[in-house]
Amino acid sequence: MSSLGRKHDRSRRDFITGVAKTAAGVGLIGLGLGLYSQRAASLPAWALRPPGALPEDDFDGACIRCGLCVRDCPFDMLHLARFGQDIPTGTPYFIARDAGCEMCEDIPCIKACPTNALDHGLTDINDADMGLAIVSDQDACIAFQGLRCEVCFNICPIRGEAITLEYRHNERSGKHALFIPVVHANHCTGCGKCEEACILEEAAIKVLPRHLIQGKLGEHYRLGWEQQHEAGGALVTPDAQHRYNLPEGMRYDHGGEGLIEDKAEVPFSDNPLDTLNRGGAL
Amino acid sequence: MPLHASQQVRPSASTKPWLARHRWLLLRRTSQLGTLALFMLPPLFGVWIVTGNLSSSMTLDVLPLTDPLLLAQSMLSGNWPATTGLIGAALVLAFYAVVGGRVFCSFVCPVNLITDFAAWVRRRLGIKAGGRLSRNLRWWLLALVMLLPALTGAMVWEYLNPVSMLHRGLIFGGVWGLGWAWLLIGAVFLYDLLIVPRGWCGHLCPMGTCYALIGTKAPVHVAAPARERCDDCMDCFNVCPEPQVIKPALRGAHAGHGPVIDSIDCTKCGRCIEVCDRDVFGFTLGRVDANGVLARDARTAAVANAKRAA
Repeated sequence: MSSLGRKHDRSRRDFITGVAKTAAGVGLIGLGLGLYSQRAASLPAWALRPPGALPEDDFDGACIRCGLCVRDCPFDMLHLARFGQDIPTGTPYFIARDAGCEMCEDIPCIKACPTNALDHGLTDINDADMGLAIVSDQDACIAFQGLRCEVCFNICPIRGEAITLEYRHNERSGKHALFIPVVHANHCTGCGKCEEACILEEAAIKVLPRHLIQGKLGEHYRLGWEQQHEAGGALVTPDAQHRYNLPEGMRYDHGGEGLIEDKAEVPFSDNPLDTLNRGGAL
Repeated sequence: MPLHASQQVRPSASTKPWLARHRWLLLRRTSQLGTLALFMLPPLFGVWIVTGNLSSSMTLDVLPLTDPLLLAQSMLSGNWPATTGLIGAALVLAFYAVVGGRVFCSFVCPVNLITDFAAWVRRRLGIKAGGRLSRNLRWWLLALVMLLPALTGAMVWEYLNPVSMLHRGLIFGGVWGLGWAWLLIGAVFLYDLLIVPRGWCGHLCPMGTCYALIGTKAPVHVAAPARERCDDCMDCFNVCPEPQVIKPALRGAHAGHGPVIDSIDCTKCGRCIEVCDRDVFGFTLGRVDANGVLARDARTAAVANAKRAA
């Protein structure tokens, strides 16, 4: 082989080793980055995404961390995560206890998003799903002690739907009612106003990512009364008309007055002995 | 051994006045700090001219601007952006395609302040030591940055990108807003200062690399039209963030290379123009052929040759 050929050979070998070295180095960097991002991508439960945010995995890929949603929020309740925080760096979040979403009707944060990481398909803020509220501590919530509060119920932007009050008998006093807040998962948007407003030192109602707390009924369940309602009648053999076996001259009004005595048809004598002596059914 | 002129710490024996030697630098710093200031007006003074950050911004509610590399990563993760994002990226692409991609690096990017400072300290302290790193590494990194979102569905580079982190941190929280990101910025500074000269911007940064690609066909160039005046003082090489780009244009006459700096690595910062006592360099406009000759010059030369031949 000529010396020129050997030179060629060597430079080719150098080139190949060089490329291989770089490729290996870059591969390692990529592996490190990938592993680091796996760890850094997890969103803690106390941080909530703005309305319309894609599911967390998709959001993490779509959001370019520009902060336009943060700037366009008229209530200044959104923040961008800092490097070193537990939240994916640069992504928007809010903390319900500090300041919840005010649920603007025109949703300026979504309009500002250039990437659809906040889904522009969401046009009705009542369909937003930032999380789900849960009355997380019944021992601490003063409504369960029989004290009047209802702050979460009253502050709820979807008042009377996302949180309703259930009246329960107050066993302690024997004569009062408990006004128990009940969250309804299909209406709650997770805006966080209830957690923000809770009067306790540590909120007894909290907003968490929906997947952590929402239950789901098995698909095989059929609720008979709902099916009956939809079908407009019983789907199985119709129920026999219920009959009360009551004494003559008496009726029962179910769900109404209850037991009714048709006095006119039961002539009682002034002498109670007549009644006793009459025998048979009353 | 006496130091070669190129190795001496600047004695500032220049004949040009200070302002003339720093006009492009001043313009660049004004541009860099001005950009930053515009973004910081909303949080500090409630003046809503520009909102967002360099990743994506909105000016006066009408002009969207979006970083193309970031949007590309977002799209590669399997997401279709909103119209404003697409328009914004198209506008940025068009702008840098015309003025030259790495103008972003020299006139806008906040990290340039850090790396220029590192280079300045390096010159002042006469730090010569430095590892060598392949300039090809950044192409690999750029590919990696684009590949990772496609593979993992996450915008992986944004967990570490010091460029967006510095800008975003300053805008969304001032000096304290960066938090631990200062460590990253400090690492970039020390790396540039002590390990690899111009090691971040010129060797690694995928954003700069992407912008370099965008500006491949840009008609704006720095050129050395008066290269015969060069007295080899090396001032331009010393001050240039990408000194390898100067050589073909300045000293390539014998190899048939024209006077135009046609490398996409040139950040068009204009430092070579102003530090040169002999005014060798200047900006030019026009298409450039493969030999670093302006197309119109080539045509003129061809016509002249033809005439001479005739």
